[in-house]
Amino acid sequence: MMRTVGRSHGQKVALYIAAGLIALIWLIPFLGVFMASIRPLSEINRGWWKFDSFTPTFKNFIGAWNHPASPISKGMLNSLKVAIPATIVPVLVASIAAYGFARFKFRGRDPLFILVVALMTLPQQMIAVPMFQMMNKIGAVDSYLGLILVHSAWGIPWTLFFMRNYFMALPIEVEEAARVDGASDWRIFFQIIMPMALPAIASAAVLQFMWVWSDFFLALILIYSPSKLLATQRVPLLRGVYHVDWGILAAGSIIVMAVPIIVFAVMQRYYIRGMVGWVSK
Amino acid sequence: MGQARGRALFFVPALALLAIFVVYPVINTVWLSFFTPEGEFALLKNYADVLSEPEMFDSRGFERGFPYGALIHNVIWIVLHLPLTVMLGLVFAVILRDVKGGAIVKSIVFLGMVTPMVVGGIILRFLFDGNVGIVPSVLALFGFTPRTLTAYPDTALFSLIAGSLWLWTPFSMVLYSAGLETIPDFVYEAAVIDGASPWRIFFNITVPLLRPVTGVVITMTFLWVLKIFDIVFVATMGGPGGASNVLALQMYMYAFRQFNPNAAAVVATFLMIVALVVSIPTFKAAGGEE
Repeated sequence: MMRTVGRSHGQKVALYIAAGLIALIWLIPFLGVFMASIRPLSEINRGWWKFDSFTPTFKNFIGAWNHPASPISKGMLNSLKVAIPATIVPVLVASIAAYGFARFKFRGRDPLFILVVALMTLPQQMIAVPMFQMMNKIGAVDSYLGLILVHSAWGIPWTLFFMRNYFMALPIEVEEAARVDGASDWRIFFQIIMPMALPAIASAAVLQFMWVWSDFFLALILIYSPSKLLATQRVPLLRGVYHVDWGILAAGSIIVMAVPIIVFAVMQRYYIRGMVGWVSK
Repeated sequence: MGQARGRALFFVPALALLAIFVVYPVINTVWLSFFTPEGEFALLKNYADVLSEPEMFDSRGFERGFPYGALIHNVIWIVLHLPLTVMLGLVFAVILRDVKGGAIVKSIVFLGMVTPMVVGGIILRFLFDGNVGIVPSVLALFGFTPRTLTAYPDTALFSLIAGSLWLWTPFSMVLYSAGLETIPDFVYEAAVIDGASPWRIFFNITVPLLRPVTGVVITMTFLWVLKIFDIVFVATMGGPGGASNVLALQMYMYAFRQFNPNAAAVVATFLMIVALVVSIPTFKAAGGEE
């Protein structure tokens, strides 16, 4: 590689040492949690990095999964019930609108687009109080429907921004040919544009799913029945009463974390493209 | 006419959801922020009152140490986090581009990015725990008495900041890695032929060419720190004694623990204004590409 040609041997060695240090520092926290999750509390208390006695066990995972006060299994199911619709709705709705912003010309389009994009920067704290009051009034507090709708609305600005940029980059000729043949806007969108945009839709969906899955704040405000708590709300409840049960806490953490990590591993390409959507035009 | 109406339907679902669940609550929050808890219309006086509460700004902190109030804690957080995020992200991206196996290390670093922040908070608490955490044990090798770093006023906030760096650096690294790929090889080739040292190449070519990426990293990091909530809630709950309290958490406390929606609205609106101001350059970049 050309870029490394100018480097002396010593500099290359230094680079590898630095890379190793980075890997070590970033790995240790995860390694610690993993070790805590597969070892009995007595061994964790002596330091998870000590291996003079090492008895791997699956008990912590079972304990977290079937936790008497707050089973993670139920939380996983609940989180899926929220995250799947809260991914499909905004991605679909925002893609449709994004196509409109990319292709239809009308007065006030660009200011409206900028307004929608500006909503992206809002902190969730900005909607918390009125959202709670509104849901309370219509009896949707502590219901998944309310939470799904809020997540859907909240995911729209980013998805719309991302999809609109993607649509703008698509060649317009195919659409024009279809239009000449008499196809309607909706037909063009669903039969020509959507199939072409599948990679972008995958990126948007992956990111939205991860955000909803990882969300804590909105769930904390809107969902409070013990049986309805989502996965992220349950993890802190595994702490234990008289002492911190690190094994169970670590196992629960790993279970909840596994979902985004698996999604990332499978969809890495799309995830990174979505993230980088910020810088690339 | 029929076409225009059909086309309007493309926008209706998205804009309706935004109007009901985002725009209306935002306006409502701004409105609430102008009223005192007694229902009096106070406009900006309310802001002055809330922002000078000790949980927001505690001038006694400057004599006795933490807590300084959520506002100052967020400032400390940003002042430490921003330069470190930029530096670490850039340096990691360059190092890991140039070593074999860099992609694997990147994936490890990236784990932080896909970790739910709640889990991040638990991991932090575990890392810094006086009995079972590795950080106090390593510090003990240097003569420090092991203690739970998140439980002491003088170290709680800094522990959280270190943890948030660990969780957020991947974002900056990924953006810089993508940015590096856009720099064509011939630029480097020319520099090498001219006999430029790696340091000069880094500071005179790589850094300036990545300036647009740095802009995005700074904005996004700023927004991320402003909104930081989960890891604080889980790891310290803002404690001990408010020593690691932050604005987003204080907003939650006002709204849902002290049942003072007006004070909560003030904090939220304040966060929003700062967020909007910080992201103006990014909007300009996004809007200016028609």
